[in-house]
Amino acid sequence: MNRFIRSTLVAVTALVATGAVAAGKYSPGASDTEIRVGQTMPYSGPASAYAAIGKAQAAYFQMINEQGGVNGRKITFLSLDDGYSPPKAVEQTRKLVEQDEVLLLFNSLGTANNTATQKYLNAKKVPQLFVATGASKFGDPKNFPWTMGWQPNYVAEARVFAQWVLKTRPDAKIAVISQNDDFGKDYLRGIKEVLGDKAAKMIVLETTYEVTDPTVDSQVVQAKSSGADVLMNIATPKFAAQIIRKAADIGWKPVQLMTDVSASVGAVLTPAGLDKAKDLISASYLKDPTDARFKDDPAMKAYYAFLKKYMPGADPKDSFNAYGYNSAANLIHVLKTCGDDLTRENVMKVASTMKDVELPLLMPGIKVNTSPTDYYPIAEVVLIRFDGQQWQPFGDVMSGR
Amino acid sequence: MEAFLHQLFAGIATGGIYASIALALVMIYQSTHHINFAQGELAMFSTYLAWTCVEAGLPWWAAFVLTVVASFVAGAVIERVVMRPVQHAPVLSVVIVFIALLVILNSLAGWIWTYTIKTFPSPFVMPRALENPWLSAHEAGSIGVTLAVLVALWAFFRFTRLGLAMRAAAQNPVSSRLAGIRVGQMLMLGWGLAAAIGAVAGMLIAPVVYLDPNMMAGVMLYAFAAALLGGIDNPVGAVLGGFIVGVVENLAGAYLVGTELKLTVALALIIGVLVFRPTGLLGRRTVVRV
Repeated sequence: MNRFIRSTLVAVTALVATGAVAAGKYSPGASDTEIRVGQTMPYSGPASAYAAIGKAQAAYFQMINEQGGVNGRKITFLSLDDGYSPPKAVEQTRKLVEQDEVLLLFNSLGTANNTATQKYLNAKKVPQLFVATGASKFGDPKNFPWTMGWQPNYVAEARVFAQWVLKTRPDAKIAVISQNDDFGKDYLRGIKEVLGDKAAKMIVLETTYEVTDPTVDSQVVQAKSSGADVLMNIATPKFAAQIIRKAADIGWKPVQLMTDVSASVGAVLTPAGLDKAKDLISASYLKDPTDARFKDDPAMKAYYAFLKKYMPGADPKDSFNAYGYNSAANLIHVLKTCGDDLTRENVMKVASTMKDVELPLLMPGIKVNTSPTDYYPIAEVVLIRFDGQQWQPFGDVMSGR
Repeated sequence: MEAFLHQLFAGIATGGIYASIALALVMIYQSTHHINFAQGELAMFSTYLAWTCVEAGLPWWAAFVLTVVASFVAGAVIERVVMRPVQHAPVLSVVIVFIALLVILNSLAGWIWTYTIKTFPSPFVMPRALENPWLSAHEAGSIGVTLAVLVALWAFFRFTRLGLAMRAAAQNPVSSRLAGIRVGQMLMLGWGLAAAIGAVAGMLIAPVVYLDPNMMAGVMLYAFAAALLGGIDNPVGAVLGGFIVGVVENLAGAYLVGTELKLTVALALIIGVLVFRPTGLLGRRTVVRV
């Protein structure tokens, strides 16, 4: 009797299994009714301001589910806290892959955290899609075919900055103050690539700071004494604000280009002093939700409606909300295109053959493009200038590919 | 030459920052013979209190006084509630408690006030006659306040009975108790004073480095170097050490070793002092009779 029940069970399971195969091809984490998506995000710890991204994405997937899901499948979004600590990110990522069996990892945040999980995910052949960092090392399909970036990477942005300086001030004397880590080094690399032979002559000072330095006053003083007329401010928010303020305080007014990492009016320019930040130049690829020109833009209207319904109380000016909204839209595009072939291989195939994909909040003219040898989905930016109140885009879309 | 002067004054200004925190370290060491690793976070937390008061519309100096008093009380309470139970525990346990305090205060501040940097206003205005490109009003003002705290502290330990009693309680609790000193109260007082001095330091530092929960991480490293260099039991030495570390670090960073090795200069100083002159420049050698 016992044996009978068991064999019947086996038969039934086999039937169900073959039924599933008939409807679609699946890797773990996908089925006829569900797609499981994993993520690690700093909901606690020093970088928890970024948590807004994960929350916006969860809200976006909720909206998609209420609209019927992706080709009839609901998204189950498992976004876990890693406290911005790489060992914790590894632990949570393993849990997501082995216990929760997610189809893919999506937009996990932090350079160090993604570095820590990259080898594991590639060995397991689990897609590590659209990592939330601008480090250029996450677009290396030859060595890490399962890892893909998303936002414009630091090298791309540096290239655009250098192109602009070459075009508008070919005789510029450039001083670079950068953070002494992968982030700062990516930038230096991009700048030097574009300047080429002229780099030695044009860059009159390269100086760095450590994140443990209480102030960067000394570096700014050094940069001023170098006689430079262009300053590259390659710093994270606190230090970027210090650089802007110190330069103004010692009466130095170079053309200042600042990384988009710190281009927040609320978190950087206000502490530095809005008058001191006037004429600062940075780069952007997302539409500014506060910009009056996009007031009647249908995508912007949809974004505001989304915030109102799914994230009441969220600050529309917080650029992290827009970031989460847009990256989630990109993932949904990939999953929709996959159709009924929701294997991990197909997810990577679709993600690496995106052609001129438009996302709701990308600046006009910027599109998502990838190829099996180019794992940098967004590589164009628009330069922006701070007018003392808000950022104003100027010039054409510039490519950093 | 102008560049050199700029670097020199930038060094003196940051030296003042290190000196003010080093003073708090000396204070706690003088009264408990422990190095409080959470000193910086206590100062940071106090500064957030001051910021909250200023945001609520209080004048700067009122917020200052209120914060110093509140920090004094909080310091004393922490001693009574957290430190007293581990009074007789081995030194490692005490260190662990300090580190726990550090982590708790840091996370608590992040939870309450978020990790976004905030501006903290400065109360100092430079008279027009003294305006110069090297030293801002705030830098000059905070050096002045640090020196004033130093004089007060030195006089307190040197000339008052209470100061003498505190030193005695730290150095030899058993004999002090026999001589009628209430050792427990002295410890509470020491913690309170250290927290109050830390609060002053925090409010002087925040306008320069911005207010965020991690504002003290780097400062503490240099303050340790300063306190050790000057002599961990001597307030004058700590302040002198602060200025020396600030200037040496800046000049070495700009002209000798490059900015990448600035922090290494501070660590080399710590190790150098410990190896060659463990008592620091002005510290007193203690001789123990066996």
